[in-house]
Amino acid sequence: MKTGMPEENKEGPEGPGRDTMTREEVYEKLDEVFQDVFDDESIHVSDATTANDIEDWDSLEHINLMVAVENMFKIKFNMGQVGGLKNVGEMVDLILTKVK
Amino acid sequence: MKELQYPFDAEAILSHKKKLRRQLLGDGTGRVCKKIAILGGYTTSNIRLMLELFLLDQGIEPSFYESEYNQYYQDAMFPNAELEAFAPDIIYICTCCRNVTALPSLRDAKDAVNALLESEYERFRAMWDRLEAVYHCPIIQNNMEMPYYRLLGNRDAWDVHGATNFLTRLNLRFYDYAADHEHFYICDVNYLSADYGLTAWSDPFYWHMYKYAVNVNAIPYLSFNVSNIIKSLLGKNKKGLVLDLDNTLWGGVIGDDGVENIELGPETSLGQAYSEFQRYLKAHRDLGILLNVDSKNEESNALAGLNHPDSELHPEDFIVIRANWDPKDRNFADIADSLGLLPESLVFVDDNPAERHIVTGQLPGVAAPEIGEVCEYIRNIDRNGFFEATVLSEDDFRRNEMYRSNAARRMQEKSFPDYESYLRSLGMKARILPFEPMYMGRIAQLTNKSNQFNLTTRRYTQSEIEALAADGSYLTMYGKLEDCFGDNGVVSVVIGHLEGDTCRIDLWLMSCRVLKREMESAMMDTLIRKCMKLGMRRILGVYYPTAKNGMVRSFYETMGFAPAGSDERGGTVWEYQVPGTYSDRQTVIEVTSDLNGPVNG
Repeated sequence: MKTGMPEENKEGPEGPGRDTMTREEVYEKLDEVFQDVFDDESIHVSDATTANDIEDWDSLEHINLMVAVENMFKIKFNMGQVGGLKNVGEMVDLILTKVK
Repeated sequence: MKELQYPFDAEAILSHKKKLRRQLLGDGTGRVCKKIAILGGYTTSNIRLMLELFLLDQGIEPSFYESEYNQYYQDAMFPNAELEAFAPDIIYICTCCRNVTALPSLRDAKDAVNALLESEYERFRAMWDRLEAVYHCPIIQNNMEMPYYRLLGNRDAWDVHGATNFLTRLNLRFYDYAADHEHFYICDVNYLSADYGLTAWSDPFYWHMYKYAVNVNAIPYLSFNVSNIIKSLLGKNKKGLVLDLDNTLWGGVIGDDGVENIELGPETSLGQAYSEFQRYLKAHRDLGILLNVDSKNEESNALAGLNHPDSELHPEDFIVIRANWDPKDRNFADIADSLGLLPESLVFVDDNPAERHIVTGQLPGVAAPEIGEVCEYIRNIDRNGFFEATVLSEDDFRRNEMYRSNAARRMQEKSFPDYESYLRSLGMKARILPFEPMYMGRIAQLTNKSNQFNLTTRRYTQSEIEALAADGSYLTMYGKLEDCFGDNGVVSVVIGHLEGDTCRIDLWLMSCRVLKREMESAMMDTLIRKCMKLGMRRILGVYYPTAKNGMVRSFYETMGFAPAGSDERGGTVWEYQVPGTYSDRQTVIEVTSDLNGPVNG
């Protein structure tokens, strides 16, 4: 979209650097997504977390989880990226490539 | 709950669905249980989960049958023990344009395209016919959304080879079927997808990844729409609007600005927007929606505004006008009371969030949509589906007239020495007869929406009503009441089950619009005389208390029944010994009945 704004101002008023998220910040938001989707505030995910660790995480709920992640981080996954994730660590890697 | 009213945050509903479900199920409200079968042409898991939330919010607790992925046709067309045992109250066929077997190719002759259309339509029609014959329940069918791409560009719309043209014609065939079949309803996905934006709605990502034909983020809109059809079929539509005036029906504050300075009419853009909103509201009168005013104003100012030369709405378009300085919730309760309706059956429309908050806080269950600014008022009311018109009866067209007659009756009441002479002056005539085909729709509607004067609060679908009417072991009666001010239509329904020498009353209800008119006595006289003819020895009645039917707690006692303990479901049971001779309880209504006719019509 044309905004008429000069390129160098696109990072917004907070200046450069605010657009990149740290891994910790991603995890903080990701915990919130998991807690909402599975309605369980005790859930905390880590690199090694897989669907086997969360009781309700089946293939249908996986769809809702991916949609909720997209909505939380305002990103859109490509086809193929969604299916191949082995654990939450890989999901975080993917999110980090998208939010940049 | 607010989270589930339009305009809602679809993403938040999807993320928090489990929490919302938990909150709804734990809120202590009583709900009617219904069994819903979803026969899907694509993944329907989220459609079911979202539909459950919206139905719970509308006072309906659903249980579901959900077909396996894309098994809608097999489930509909072949014997299915699981679905038959489930015995659905409503069937929802959730299909999309990807389920169409074949689209025309450019090389097809016109006749071949027509044959293709016919065979596609026949495939659906055969399903609907079989479902109707086997399950006897309402069917909701998605129409087709428009195709995701147009091979012929704009020509796709009119050329018979275009997918756009083909799907449009198929939809028209669906609508013809809907027009001819009383229990068949269209879920207008074509409109929903256009409203949401077809590019986003049909995003192929969700199809290829998950076999959802609808963008997951759009599913709340689809399910909300289906829930509105279902709640309407169950008689849970709203019945009226309670409207603020200043900055709602016109721009400005009439008490401060003066009638000549309010924004209304063709002179300004803002004035035009308010006029359009007034026309939208006024059109609701034909649907039988009752319009009322609840405004903080001097009454003279309120009336001056409604008599503004450019006002589309006039004082006589409203049933009740409350313009004073009382709190709005008190006026609102008052309006509901004078209409003989529960507050929750009315929608509050006010631009001021603080007033909406007071009304919804004091009167739980009242909907007060966030209407936004004047250009958004119509959308924010319309998309809520408060008045979803699944069934349009003659009664709906005449409802405003009837309520106005009621207001006239209340005036006349004041000029008589005693109540009986007032009742006599009304020249009431009742027809009390077994259920007849032309009233089945209205009878079913009454069983679903009467809450106050209702002894057992049993709900029936129209198919169930029709089955009872044809069953010799049931005694059915509807009561229709007319008076010098007009025809009130069918206002009372009684269903008795005949077992040996006992008539057990399964259902006894009456519309509150004829309270204190002796209509219940006329019904009882007829029931007792009918039981005498049939050789019944006793009549058993039962009262099941609910949050809303306190007014009939002592009904059977008043009618001369004796207490006979309570039943296993917590109802109080009442017994009446049918006498050898009987004199009528009431003499103010002239009754036409059919005592010598068969038990049922």
